[in-house]
Amino acid sequence: MNRTLYHTRKVRNVVALGLSVAAAGTGLLILALILATLFINGFAAIKPSIFTEMTPPPGEDGGLLNAIYGSVMLTFVGIMTGTPLGIMAGTYLAEYGRSSRLAQLVRFINDILLSAPSIAIGIFIYEIMVAPMGHFSAWAGSMALAVIVVPVVVRTTEDMLKLVPNTLRESASALGTPKWRVILSVCYRAARNGMITGVLLALARVSGETAPLLFTALNNQFFSTNMNAPMANLPVVIYQMALSPYDDWQELAWGGALIITIGILALNIIARYLASLGGARR
Amino acid sequence: MRRTPVSTTEATPESLRSTGSGISADKIFGFFAYAAGWGVLLILSGVIISLALGAMPAIKAFGLNFFLTETWNPVKDVYGGLAPIYGTLVTSAIAMIVAVPVSFGIAIFLTELAPDWLKRPLGIAIELLAGIPSIIYGIWGLFSFAPFLQQYVQPFLIDTLGNVPIISPLFQGPPYGIGILTAGLILSIMILPFITSIMRDVFETVPPMLRESAYGVGATTWEVVWKVVLPFCSTGVVGGVMLGLGRALGETMAVTFVIGNAHRISASILAPGTTISAAIANEFTEAIGDLYTSSLIELGLFLFVITFVVLAIARLMLMRLEKRAGK
Amino acid sequence: MSGAERITVEADTDLPETTTPMTNNDTTEEASNVKISVKDLNFYYDTHHALKQISMPIRERQVTAFIGPSGCGKSTLLRIFNRMYDLYPKQKAVGEVLFDGVNILSPNTDLNLLRARIGMVFQKPTPFPMSIYDNIAFGVKLYERLSGAAMAERIEQSLRRAALWDEVKDKLKQSGLSLSGGQQQRLCIARAIAVKPEVLLLDEPASALDPISTAKIEELVDELKTDYTIAIVTHNMQQAARVSDYTAFMYLGELIEFDRTSTVFTSPALKQTQDYITGRFG
Repeated sequence: MNRTLYHTRKVRNVVALGLSVAAAGTGLLILALILATLFINGFAAIKPSIFTEMTPPPGEDGGLLNAIYGSVMLTFVGIMTGTPLGIMAGTYLAEYGRSSRLAQLVRFINDILLSAPSIAIGIFIYEIMVAPMGHFSAWAGSMALAVIVVPVVVRTTEDMLKLVPNTLRESASALGTPKWRVILSVCYRAARNGMITGVLLALARVSGETAPLLFTALNNQFFSTNMNAPMANLPVVIYQMALSPYDDWQELAWGGALIITIGILALNIIARYLASLGGARR
Repeated sequence: MRRTPVSTTEATPESLRSTGSGISADKIFGFFAYAAGWGVLLILSGVIISLALGAMPAIKAFGLNFFLTETWNPVKDVYGGLAPIYGTLVTSAIAMIVAVPVSFGIAIFLTELAPDWLKRPLGIAIELLAGIPSIIYGIWGLFSFAPFLQQYVQPFLIDTLGNVPIISPLFQGPPYGIGILTAGLILSIMILPFITSIMRDVFETVPPMLRESAYGVGATTWEVVWKVVLPFCSTGVVGGVMLGLGRALGETMAVTFVIGNAHRISASILAPGTTISAAIANEFTEAIGDLYTSSLIELGLFLFVITFVVLAIARLMLMRLEKRAGK
Repeated sequence: MSGAERITVEADTDLPETTTPMTNNDTTEEASNVKISVKDLNFYYDTHHALKQISMPIRERQVTAFIGPSGCGKSTLLRIFNRMYDLYPKQKAVGEVLFDGVNILSPNTDLNLLRARIGMVFQKPTPFPMSIYDNIAFGVKLYERLSGAAMAERIEQSLRRAALWDEVKDKLKQSGLSLSGGQQQRLCIARAIAVKPEVLLLDEPASALDPISTAKIEELVDELKTDYTIAIVTHNMQQAARVSDYTAFMYLGELIEFDRTSTVFTSPALKQTQDYITGRFG
């Protein structure tokens, strides 16, 4: 055996693996650092008033109530609009189109939309809703979010429906069940947990999206329930306040960032928990 | 409706003949499903068409010069997209140069080195981190990272690399803290969890028997990864990297906070600049005049098209990997 | 036992006009009606010619077994009786299958009604993801409006007939998936007979079960034939010999021999049948 060759190989191995561990360590360290900074600065800003008062002008005290409400409304309408379309398209891919050319195209395009720049989606909605309407609105903002929701739900719906064994479908058909009934009563039922997980993940995704809202829902200094007008929302508020030179605004921005992050982490954890339940059902 | 005695004629009797009602419910549901499929295609075409239409005025006014001019003058209504495009490409390049090796390292750690009790929590941690919205990275970048770079790293770089021949122009100028390099680094941190989880999934498509046979002939862990695992899923790895690139190109919030928003190209990566998405994010609502808005939209169209191409290539490569893995 | 007509089988390269040796039963005392009559049936998976010129009778309230080595087409043939192949685009049947004199291969056959009259039980138990009660009620609800009491009675009847009532009567609300494999299969049988079909197609119903559950299923088949016409596919020859009245031996898509079970197993007409029965091949 060639001693030097073996030695070199060993050294190379140790170095490479060492680098890999270092990479893992550094990467995770930085991410931990980010979260730590977020939590520290964010908690400093969390007072009860953050949930009860509106966004203040600089120099005054205030909270984020209008922004929180706005975010809830925007994501709610966005999810309500995007989910049915996403589920039906996912159903098409799994139950009707399957491996047809059209289905392959839809799948391909859907995957691209999944990672498409969200600011382009914002411009799209601006062009088809805000410009013709002449003003910014929460409706436009929710539609922008809906466009982001659709590809996520399509993907998870199709993946979950594909996991339903074919013999289950055949058993239902063998009883004389029409196809739509098979899908609704058997397939959806069987894939239910996975599909809910998909919706939760879509919700987590759009909760933090800023770019599509920048010129659709815009922002509103005051509390508004009018969907036809600009509406405050956490991401845009954070954006504006963080970039400002005012200390109290910056503090509020951290608070808002923390709220969003905790919300998204909670959604992800719930989604994961649900997904694990679904698997255990067998 | 049930068991009527049937004659021995060839005609289908009522008990077996198709009735109208059952079929139409099926047809309606099927119609909605097909329509939804088309809906997805419609969304994509809608985006491209509306971007193209919105960009028309600028395309007509500036033509191809748009991509070669650095000037961005709202007062004179003259716009050139070279600076944002340059910024987008350079920040993405920096992000990929840093993120890909690190993600690779983490993915190797996850699949080959980590003890079993660590694998799951670590994997979950990575996926949770991938879900953190970009605005968080943005404000962290602005308040923590940029000052840190400004105080410690950038002066160091200017003093050292700024004097090394050939690459010295890259590291000139006052340490602003914000700028192209900072934006690129923030971007790399942001896409790190994303690329890591894709790489990990790709590595896991390698059949255990293949790995085991490599170990079986006495290869070291590194050799197994470099010579067996990586070649096996090379298309997948490249696909994953391109997916990360696609994300990096389109990223807005992580970059906007720290890029500096200067419509100019500098040789030094320590200087401020702008990217396409940052420019749009900052200026869209304040753009007065058709040409201004239209120029921004043209930038958006360009961004969407190059992202589309990158993502399409990525998807094709990942599809090939899936076929190999026998899905 | 009436004399079987011994006809020599002539092999041909194209579609052979073989007449399979079978018992002409119309003149015997035990004459029973032909419930399903297969005439010159050919079946194609895309371009692959899977079933070749099959002709045979399925007699009313008798058990007809299909045996033969893997890939001989017995499951394929069974799945034609309830047009299950219709779910898959590239599969095509040519010829006639007369159910009570009516050709069910004709395009204007209502498949759902057909499947309500011809039920099927599959190789692997496939309980729907719902309670035991709902599993059985599922098919019934498609075609009949029963009051709560009538439905409960129908469910009890079906479960009794499937020899499952005593084991589940106290847990009807529990999920169908909580039962053991053998119980799940009997649940599927109960589900199939709840819609009061005339014919039951059993596709290797016991192959996924342990010997004790298998014995229970075989007992069931024996009892059920007083009310239902049964066609059963099995790879277990002894099972075929135990439960069936008529046996069809198939090989590579052709019907080689069809006769009363006792004849096929004690004095088969063809050497090929003899070889299979005695285990010389397959």
